[in-house]
Amino acid sequence: MPFNVMEHQLVPEHRILSEKEAKTILTKLKISKEQLPKIRISDPCIKILDEAMGPVKEGMIVEITRTSETAGRSKAYRLIIRR
Amino acid sequence: MIERGISKRIESIKFALLSPDEVRRMSATKIITADTYDDDGFPIDMGLMDSHLGVIEPGLRCKTCGGRVDDCPGHFGHIDLAMPVIHVGYVKEIKKLLQATCKSCGRLLLTKKQLDEYEKERETIEEMGGGYLEIRLVTKETAKDASKRQICPHCATEQSKITLDKPTTFREDGHKLTPKEVRERLERIPDEDLTPLGIAPGVARPDWMILTALLVPPVTVRPSITLESGDRSEDDLTHKLVDVLRINQRLRENRDAGAPQLIVEDLWELLQYHITTYFDNQTSGIPPARHRSGRPLKTLVQRLKGKEGRFRSNLSGKRVNFSARTVISPDPLLSMNEVGVPLEAARELTVPIRVQDYNIDYVREWVRKGPLPKGDIYEPGVNYVIRSDGRRIRITDKNAETVAETIENGYTVERQLMDGDIVLFNRQPSLHRMSMMAHEVRVMPHKTFRLNLSVCPPYNADFDGDEMNLHALQSEEARAEAKILMKVQEHILSPRFGGPVIGAIHDHITGAFLLTYKDSKFTKDETINLLSTLRTAKMPKPKIKKKKTEYWTGKQLFSIALPKDLTISFRASICQACDKCKKDNCENDAYVKIRKGEVICGTIDEKAIGAFKGKILDKIARDYGPDRARVFLDDVTKLSIGAIMVRGFTTGIDDEDIPEEEKRQISEVLKNAANRVKKLVVAYKEGLLDQIPGRSLEETLEVEAMKVLGKARNTAGEIAGKHLGLENSAVIMAKSGARGSMLNLSQMAGSIGQQAVRGERLSRGYWNRTLPHFEVGDLGADAKGFVKSSYKSGLRPTEYFFHSMGGREGLVDTAVRTSRSGYMQRRLINALEDLKVKEDRTVRNTADTIIQFTFGEDGIDPSRGVQGEAVDIDDTLLEVLGEDEFLLLAGEKEIAGYGKQEKDMMNVEMEEEAFAPEEGED
Repeated sequence: MPFNVMEHQLVPEHRILSEKEAKTILTKLKISKEQLPKIRISDPCIKILDEAMGPVKEGMIVEITRTSETAGRSKAYRLIIRR
Repeated sequence: MIERGISKRIESIKFALLSPDEVRRMSATKIITADTYDDDGFPIDMGLMDSHLGVIEPGLRCKTCGGRVDDCPGHFGHIDLAMPVIHVGYVKEIKKLLQATCKSCGRLLLTKKQLDEYEKERETIEEMGGGYLEIRLVTKETAKDASKRQICPHCATEQSKITLDKPTTFREDGHKLTPKEVRERLERIPDEDLTPLGIAPGVARPDWMILTALLVPPVTVRPSITLESGDRSEDDLTHKLVDVLRINQRLRENRDAGAPQLIVEDLWELLQYHITTYFDNQTSGIPPARHRSGRPLKTLVQRLKGKEGRFRSNLSGKRVNFSARTVISPDPLLSMNEVGVPLEAARELTVPIRVQDYNIDYVREWVRKGPLPKGDIYEPGVNYVIRSDGRRIRITDKNAETVAETIENGYTVERQLMDGDIVLFNRQPSLHRMSMMAHEVRVMPHKTFRLNLSVCPPYNADFDGDEMNLHALQSEEARAEAKILMKVQEHILSPRFGGPVIGAIHDHITGAFLLTYKDSKFTKDETINLLSTLRTAKMPKPKIKKKKTEYWTGKQLFSIALPKDLTISFRASICQACDKCKKDNCENDAYVKIRKGEVICGTIDEKAIGAFKGKILDKIARDYGPDRARVFLDDVTKLSIGAIMVRGFTTGIDDEDIPEEEKRQISEVLKNAANRVKKLVVAYKEGLLDQIPGRSLEETLEVEAMKVLGKARNTAGEIAGKHLGLENSAVIMAKSGARGSMLNLSQMAGSIGQQAVRGERLSRGYWNRTLPHFEVGDLGADAKGFVKSSYKSGLRPTEYFFHSMGGREGLVDTAVRTSRSGYMQRRLINALEDLKVKEDRTVRNTADTIIQFTFGEDGIDPSRGVQGEAVDIDDTLLEVLGEDEFLLLAGEKEIAGYGKQEKDMMNVEMEEEAFAPEEGED
């Protein structure tokens, strides 16, 4: 990786959810996986997570924590898809 | 009754190709002659207007289904083509297929292993819930992968290169392939090789992309029209089909007669041209087919495509009934919630009223009075009565009595508009939600829609000929929804920047200024006059008594409109921004302090009540609700108009008069500036100019010259401004924020200043000079677009030319901006139109997938926030702690009050507007 995008100040925090966490999030939101927003497995952030945290596979869920002036911290979830 | 509330979800859509067999099966008749009608005007059998294809003339019956004009939907016919022809719509597909399959065995150019891999990929996508779009990515890659292979893995044939000569000619190694050969190749592709390429085998065969039979649309799709002269005029599609038939006939004859190959090929290509243009007359690479008059024909694709096409014009765009459109004009005595509707329009627009026990008596009375009730005062009449069985009865003066007797529960009466009805009011372009708001009707004489001036900013309306639309709501739900969500008062606070979009403008601000500036006072007569327009006002006690005459202060009168417990302080528009604010003791009366609903000091102007900037307005709308804000604004409008009429207000060019002495000073300043520039040029030529870091020598000169000239204009303005005080009407308008700026005034009185194109001094025109009036290479002030004159004194010819150059840039900019932002808006709205916030606060689309987890990721309604902030902490603290405590806490910090940032977005727009010429008539 020539440049670690995660270190950039504008890139929010990404975290892969464990299977258990993923399940609780989905039940909390009362949705199926497919209803989540998507992120590609080729996304620079996901590539870095893959390198650092071990293999990332399609169907996993990332938690993205953004900081905002008005909301403080807001969490979003994305389903990892191919390519 | 129409059944309501049934909605079905489309689960899937299947696209298929029409096979030649199917074309012939669905065809009502085969068409062979290019003629349409015989001498007697009857359709010719097996001609293009054959009566098997449907009926377009009333009275006749369809030969296929026996229906009359309204019953017969029309039937397709077909033309058998002498030679196969390529369908333009599928050339890309055909090219892909030819490249991906073997030229001899027709198999896909992939090994079994590769095929299996792609199949697995498609399956996983389907499992993951991927749709057509995701699968298409894989099929595309499959085709790309296959076309890379040079040798067929099945029969080992070497592949040759297929190219497409646009629009419809295929070549193999430069060698032409006839549609017949192409078709033969496509026929060889086995069904099992189609799925990997994204084609569903059962319903589509690639060889059907080459036409052997052409479907002829029913006559109802291409009706001919009879002109007054009795001549028939055929539809464009019919014309095109005539061409196809003619060439098809000639091609068949020549081929059967064994004509030379060259002639047959030429005719074949001509047939291809006609069929191509029959589908799409704007295919690139071939000239469009034209009508005799030279107008390009409107064929199938043209009927569907673009703004005037079937989709955007007829399917997503709908025309409605119960609407009216006319010119608008102002009426400050209307409430901002109201709209004045011309009597003629009110008589035409109706509202359906269901007859029930509670209303049957007065509804019957309405019906009895007929469609045009007599009397001087407007009363709503009734245009139609709808019986319980759905029959419509038109009410006339004659039958009004009798119909009124028959009225019973369950009937619907279409009553004309009356005062208090809720209608929607709209001005195009409808760029934001405030472009369409609900108003209460006030029926009025004369022929224009009347509206309160404070709703001009949200509609972006003026009265130079603007027209607006009005829609009468037709159901109780719609009316309730409009009343709660769409009323004008509900839109005072804009979701765009969290401040008021509706507020006082122009004369209302001037009026408020005149009412409250310093120690303005009014006599008893004047005061009564002012207050008589307010519905609730009580006469207050006079503040001043002088020699037995009683006076009321303007601040006292303005306070009547304020809520009784309002507390706020801020700086007015006329504030000079002194280093140390003297607050209550401000000599300009620019520090507004309101305690317990009384104006203690300060002048009410744009910062207090103006649209976009009004702080009092903002606070009232937020803390006291839209109802109170509406009352406030209506009262202020009436007070302001009253005040401006007491004093009288006018402006003319002599407002910019300045004495000889000042004029001399200004010309002195400008002369000095020109000399300074001259010196700079000399210094530049001798190389003595100090270069600015990061700039070339030429750029340095330009920057320095701009600086000098800009300063000169400002000093000229200052000299002029010194003489123009607040007793001057133009200055009152500029300083109070009603209209115009001090810059505008100094351009009229002092000097217009440097003209610029692309932010630089003018330079283009002739070789190294702007105009032939100057020497080549002249870099001085005059030669590069500095305008010394003022608008009042008039411009010299060269200056006039420069000014036009600068002015044009502004015009071009606005033209480009509007078209570009219009397209952007369209794209944005198409992308966002059906997103909504669901019960669990997530934003979802129609597929029920999540777009945002909370609206805006913070759940804040921007119109409830304060200038982009969620809460105004300062204001809350002030309220909780009280003023003294808060001042202590804040220390030296200014109390900013509502909307602490001055980065108001409107500032920018307003300034631009100052330079732009007024728009002409609509």
